[in-house]
Amino acid sequence: MINQKTTAMGQKETMAGFLFLLPLLIGLSIFYFYAFFQNIFISFTDMSSFGKPAYIGLENYKRLLTDPKFWRSLKTTFKYVAVSVPAVMVLGTLVAFFLQKARKWSSFFRTAMFLPAVTMPAAIGLLWRWLYNYEFGLINIIFSQLDIARIAWLSEPALVVYSISIVLIWSMVSTQMIILLAGLQNIPTMYYEAAEIDGASPFQSFFKITLPLLSPTLFFVTIISVINIFQIFDFIFLMIQPTALAMRYAMSLVYYFYDRAFIVFDKGYAASLSMVLFVIILLITIIQFVFQKKWVHYN
Amino acid sequence: MARKNRINRKKTNGAVILLLAVGSALMFVPVLWIILSSFKSLAEIYRSPPTFLPERWIFTNYTEAVAQFRFLRYLWNSILVTLSATLITLIINSMAAFALSKYQFPGRSIIFILMLATLMIPIRVIMLPVYLMVARLGMANTLLGIIIPPAATPTGVFILRQYMLTISDEMIDAAKIDGAGHFSIYWKIMLPLCTPALAVVTVFSVMWRWNDFLWPLIVINREKLFTLQLALARFRGELVTDWNYVLAMTVLSIIPIVAVFAGMQKYLIQGIASTGLKG
Repeated sequence: MINQKTTAMGQKETMAGFLFLLPLLIGLSIFYFYAFFQNIFISFTDMSSFGKPAYIGLENYKRLLTDPKFWRSLKTTFKYVAVSVPAVMVLGTLVAFFLQKARKWSSFFRTAMFLPAVTMPAAIGLLWRWLYNYEFGLINIIFSQLDIARIAWLSEPALVVYSISIVLIWSMVSTQMIILLAGLQNIPTMYYEAAEIDGASPFQSFFKITLPLLSPTLFFVTIISVINIFQIFDFIFLMIQPTALAMRYAMSLVYYFYDRAFIVFDKGYAASLSMVLFVIILLITIIQFVFQKKWVHYN
Repeated sequence: MARKNRINRKKTNGAVILLLAVGSALMFVPVLWIILSSFKSLAEIYRSPPTFLPERWIFTNYTEAVAQFRFLRYLWNSILVTLSATLITLIINSMAAFALSKYQFPGRSIIFILMLATLMIPIRVIMLPVYLMVARLGMANTLLGIIIPPAATPTGVFILRQYMLTISDEMIDAAKIDGAGHFSIYWKIMLPLCTPALAVVTVFSVMWRWNDFLWPLIVINREKLFTLQLALARFRGELVTDWNYVLAMTVLSIIPIVAVFAGMQKYLIQGIASTGLKG
């Protein structure tokens, strides 16, 4: 069709198509591509708030290797991912599955489950700080009623990662559930009806029908969750005081990056930290794409 | 047999409701507790053992929090940032999606792949150079600085392009024969036909921008320009003592968006399902 048109027409088409793309292309070139290469460049310099940045080769990366704070924040970040991703996936799937099943009060349940997704992190942070409060927090009050010793949720070094993970899971289950719920709606009901006629238990139909047919959505949600949780920052910043001892144990890679880049203005070094994060996220996403063949069913 | 099935179904239904009740309690009780506490006097908040319902409902927590913390100004900043960034995203994403789905031109597939590639660059990884650019452009400490860079996200393009591909070209061809220009085809024919997909992109964009924390934190340090989040975040680090005001502020920040979403959740999930978000 298009080939048969005159060349003048074809050129006009090309022009128009290109003009429609232009605004986004400009935005992406500046704020993604240029920024990305700029970031690589900065990571090879000693940029700080004063003076002209000088090229220092791999110095920043060498410094990373011997920086215990970097290694600790890296380890902590992996902990957040290892604890939160499986929990978000399992709980998100279960919640979405049951919400789909509910016939009564379904919009009440949906709204309740939806609440954390639309609550801003700063509010969630304050909310949970109050719940975690040692003296007056709801959780410790319940604990003391049950004769369990009170817990210093946000200052106990061994616990703080898990306390923050709980908040993260609480808010992310809600977000990811929305996408999973949409995925469930795309599974034709005839599969379930056929399974019921064949006498399959609800348990069987969950594992044999729901999970396989939901697997593309599950894969999508896993990818997004992993990428997001690797960049965890908000709740750490909002719930732990920067000078508290617990911060040493709660600090993630992005928090350390933020601290270097925007608090102490050690920008060159901060850029190298963010490059490490980039490479890790890239590798883990590639690994997930390789392994998806084993468990994701596209029909 | 049929009877037994019905009984079984009733049983599962009961179990489903019970599990959901527990689940929503876990989601909802923390929020409820905060709402109740926000109406208590400071003395009652710090009482042990605590009261469940406020002894006396103290509404001045709210009026004073609003007066003392310039709540409306922060709320306005948040709304302004969220709405303008979403509007920009919608326009430039739908324009790009239109070009990628309905136009043939050299380099089209390369551009599409480049856009896919941007998804591999996590936004927080490039925050430093983006901030340096914003500062160089004189947009540090302006609302424009929060709005512009994140508005250039290409995420919506994929949803919109997918949706536009399902719209037949005949209507566009007919409009062309009638002498409609490229832009009016996009604006008057394509956009109205894409309403479900546009709605999904809008909802996600609103959620992202409203909940975005780190970027505004970096760009803004003038109190006047604080978004609601930044205003709330001021209470971190300090040993908070005025929990009655803080909790009232927290509740106030939750209400507007929850009100919007509570009414919309059904359409939202249908919309996502119909646009086939996971590709």
